[in-house]
Amino acid sequence: MTTDTTVTEAGPAPRARLSPRKRKKISLAIQYAVFLVVIVTLAFVADWAAIQHAFFNLDEARKAFPDILAVGLKNTIIYTLSGYILGFFLGLVVALMRLSDVLPYRAIALAYIEIFRGLPAIVVFMILGFGVPIAFQDYEMPYDPYGTVALALGLVSAAYLAETFRAGIEAVPKGQTEAARSLGMSQGRAMFTVIVPQAIRIVIPPLTNELILLFKDSSLVFVIGFTLSGYELFKFGESLSTRTGNSTPLIVAGLLYLCLTVPLGYLVRKLEAKQKRGRV
Amino acid sequence: MTHAVQVTGLHKSFGDLEVLKGIDVTVEQGQVICIIGPSGSGKSTLLRCVNLLEQPTAGQVFVSGTELTDIDVDIDAARRKLGMVFQQFNLFGHMSVLDNVTIAQRRVLKRSKAEAAKVGMRNLEKVGVAEKAEQYPAQLSGGQQQRVAIARALSMDPDVMLFDEPTSALDPELVGDVLTVMRQLADEGMTMLVVTHEMQFAREVADTVLFMDEGVVVEQGPPAQVIGSPRHERTKSFLHRVLNPTHVEEAASP
Repeated sequence: MTTDTTVTEAGPAPRARLSPRKRKKISLAIQYAVFLVVIVTLAFVADWAAIQHAFFNLDEARKAFPDILAVGLKNTIIYTLSGYILGFFLGLVVALMRLSDVLPYRAIALAYIEIFRGLPAIVVFMILGFGVPIAFQDYEMPYDPYGTVALALGLVSAAYLAETFRAGIEAVPKGQTEAARSLGMSQGRAMFTVIVPQAIRIVIPPLTNELILLFKDSSLVFVIGFTLSGYELFKFGESLSTRTGNSTPLIVAGLLYLCLTVPLGYLVRKLEAKQKRGRV
Repeated sequence: MTHAVQVTGLHKSFGDLEVLKGIDVTVEQGQVICIIGPSGSGKSTLLRCVNLLEQPTAGQVFVSGTELTDIDVDIDAARRKLGMVFQQFNLFGHMSVLDNVTIAQRRVLKRSKAEAAKVGMRNLEKVGVAEKAEQYPAQLSGGQQQRVAIARALSMDPDVMLFDEPTSALDPELVGDVLTVMRQLADEGMTMLVVTHEMQFAREVADTVLFMDEGVVVEQGPPAQVIGSPRHERTKSFLHRVLNPTHVEEAASP
């Protein structure tokens, strides 16, 4: 190559340093070599037959179908969406309370957010699953187990969603409120006609992220305790794994989670890119 | 006869900073008042106090005889008589141009969708952007956005229009479109309070020019007097700087 000869000729001194371009080339070559060594070592050291038998056992995987879809996947989707919808509206209310002029509302909203954001979700689920039914024995939760699960996931996600909404509302320029007020709209009317719709548009990417997180958190509702028909993906895979002594059903469940969350993650990146291009 | 706008003894402080130090202004029906002055002189704050976007610290504001500074006034109802146009347009970005000019008519004045659209389109035609009705604000140039903002305010049938530096955020070649619309409004007899740096506009359109500096009205009168032959030293030096922006030092010394 002509460029190579020019470089060598340009450095007459015997201990001339390599050009940056050459040094970069060598560094890249070393990185690829290390990668190759690791892969080859893994390929020879690992017991592939055992791994396949334990995790990617097709016979075991077949046993999981179709119930893992009809029960596990279905319940995961129902739990997550019902919890998300509840959390969405509750979160919006908490966000508006957080921005209220009324001090007690602000205090309650702040306490709510701190408590439900700070508590491990599993603690909330345990309390709702065991504590509440014992404390309120006369009262039966409607649509169980769906009612309890929606409430549990809704309460937890509302805390995160409230903070997201608050950030969105605060990101809408002050001039928007002023324009709405100058047209004779009341504070509340301006909020719901002008501010909140724009705030939600601004926070669509983080809102989608919250949905992804909730899909994963929905795996924790197993602690509430269900019969087989109430199993979601994780519990379904876990119980099948325990029964058969093989991890393949868990892997199948995991892959199904990814089938839900990876497209959503792709969607978030698309939405973020779109927002970056033009203003909302 | 009641004045269109009457401001008496207006004071406004932000914390320790006193921005308005006792302002008295009277605007008669059909008058155009231009407020000029250096930045930080309180002219925008004065305008924002007129429709109570800023709560005055002291003093009174009357619009068509209604006292807006009365603590029990229905401020939302009172503001309907005052249209406001902002420096940054402040169009509602999530709505089409037509929705921008109809939303308040429908939600506040309770007009039907068809009636609101009729009024809105009439005003969009008036400001020359009717063909953009279905587009969104972000698709429009600054000059078009500002004209939509004027149409939006006009659609509420205000008695008085307030303009807060309506051309300051525009590219120079777009300023003319907006000023033409404002001039047309003035010719039609609209009562207008305009904070502006456009001296030519003030000179030709205003009935009264008000020069403000450091929170007080230094000088007011017909444009020929205030802009043409200012009496106060502060007015003279301000106008000198505005009218000869590139020759401040040379022109000041001899």
